[in-house]
Amino acid sequence: MAIIDVWHRMMDLLPFSWAHYVFMKNALLAVLLVTPCFGLLGTMVVNNRMAFFTDVLGHSALTGIAIGVLLGFYDPTLPMVVLAIFLAIGINLLKDRTKASADTVLGVLFAFIVALGIVILSRQGGFVKYTSYLIGDILAVSPQQVTWFFAIAIVVLLYWYLVGNSLILTSVNPSLARSRRINTFFVETSFTILLALVVVISIRLVGILIINSFLVLPAAASRNFARNMHSYSLGAVIISILSGITGLIISYYWGTASGATIVLFAAGCYAISILPGRWLTK
Amino acid sequence: MRDALQNTCEHRCAKIDNLTVKLGGNVILDNVNLHVDCGEVIGIVGPNGAGKTTLLRTLLGEIPYHGSIAFRISGSLTKKPKIGYVPQKLQFDLSSPISVADLVAAAINSKPIWAGVSKELLEKAESVLSLFSAEHLLKRRIGELSGGELQRVLLAIAMTPEPELLLLDEPASGVDVKGLFLFYQIVDDLRKKHHIAVILVTHDLAGVSCYVNRLILLNRSVIAEGAPQDVLSDEKLVKAFGPSLWNISCLPDSISKEADNGNH
Ligand SMILES: Nc1ncnc2c1ncn2[C@@H]1O[C@H](COP(=O)(O)OP(=O)(O)OP(=O)(O)O)[C@@H](O)[C@H]1O
Ligand SMILES: [Mg+2]
Repeated sequence: MAIIDVWHRMMDLLPFSWAHYVFMKNALLAVLLVTPCFGLLGTMVVNNRMAFFTDVLGHSALTGIAIGVLLGFYDPTLPMVVLAIFLAIGINLLKDRTKASADTVLGVLFAFIVALGIVILSRQGGFVKYTSYLIGDILAVSPQQVTWFFAIAIVVLLYWYLVGNSLILTSVNPSLARSRRINTFFVETSFTILLALVVVISIRLVGILIINSFLVLPAAASRNFARNMHSYSLGAVIISILSGITGLIISYYWGTASGATIVLFAAGCYAISILPGRWLTK
Repeated sequence: MRDALQNTCEHRCAKIDNLTVKLGGNVILDNVNLHVDCGEVIGIVGPNGAGKTTLLRTLLGEIPYHGSIAFRISGSLTKKPKIGYVPQKLQFDLSSPISVADLVAAAINSKPIWAGVSKELLEKAESVLSLFSAEHLLKRRIGELSGGELQRVLLAIAMTPEPELLLLDEPASGVDVKGLFLFYQIVDDLRKKHHIAVILVTHDLAGVSCYVNRLILLNRSVIAEGAPQDVLSDEKLVKAFGPSLWNISCLPDSISKEADNGNH
């Protein structure tokens, strides 16, 4: 891809040793593409109290991989995406049908889906092969995957541009939204499908264990400062990108897992955001 | 007065016939018949759990039903009239960083507000809010508004753009006397100038008796219907609400009386 070539040349101009490794160039580009998406999506995940829901989606990747193995897929991305989307739609439909509270339903589903994945993958003691999915590996990102993230970033931006307002109104009150001729079923379903897609496609990057913090932490930190949706979204995106870049570079020097290092940095931002205002302004 | 209104608008605005709604196996609304003329304010009263909110949500098209609901706006049948709706309660996360300006802007325009609300739009939102003297709330977060303040914001949104049918679920609850007066004044204005039909669910019997054209007592089905004074002296209603009904006094400057003398 021409854009990736250009990016590589630009990186060569930087006076840092890490900037000259191909894997770091790709990793940084992937981070720059994915983190703003997570920042934006996270704002509505937190507003709608969907953090547990997205955690279930992330963990469903395990079962997706397992199904892929059973069906003989070489690359489990397709089964992972399909399963996560099914799950997202299923939960969305179930939500209104059952009397149990949402976190009970999700809790049960979470346990089932993770257990199923582990049982299938651990046949003949083979689970060790799949631990890389648990923590992810940004440095192993391929140029082809980077183009995927390009596509994802464009889809998320476009979606946010077209459906953002409807999403906000629906989250405040679905009936109010419907009275303004918003198709709330479409809004809610498409949002969950988009979440499923983004979470599952990024799972290679950051891993099943911590992918949810990518969504939740930047938004959670930003909302402690924000007075309106604009500053909220902007804050979440900035914190997300900053954590991504800083975490990646630090992990290079420390030799640690990049995903987790990024999350640590984002958690630090959250910690700062809950300090009382008078400490910060002094 | 009702006859006078019927003469100007040839058609009913909303016609609800044999409406039955079941939720979770229970019959919530049982064979409800309700005809609303354009330019008419209908008050719906009834005990808690009577199905008032369910009726409004059914009119919004949210709940499956048996029977028929038809809307006729300026002479032609329509499936989806422009509805202004004020829900009874919002159940959003109170700590959401959504400002009043955000909510108004998201409701009245399609430009994405997360990318920023333009100065022009901000002014528009301000003028929308000024309808209910709520423009000073523009920059506040919706989670930190008082009950009455939020109600004013929701009313302002429901009136913009001008709806063809206004469904109000206890919009007056928590609004102070001045706000209430403003509210009834605006509703009356909409009705007189624009022939908008208004369905108003309320427990504010004092206000309702002074400002609505027709009062419906709903409890699963229509128990009583007619002029407010007649329904309010109905003994069934007294049985449902208790004897406090007898002490109703109207606000000093009764607008509905003035409306009655109007030349519709
Ligand atoms: N989704 C639902 N499933 C089952 N029952 C429901 C559902 N929604 C409402 N109900 C029931 O329908 C009945 C009427 O509810 P509704 O909210 O319409 O009452 P209401 O007249 O608006 O009462 P209030 O004065 O308290 O606002 C209640 O008994 C309620 O429990
Ligand atoms: Mg109600």
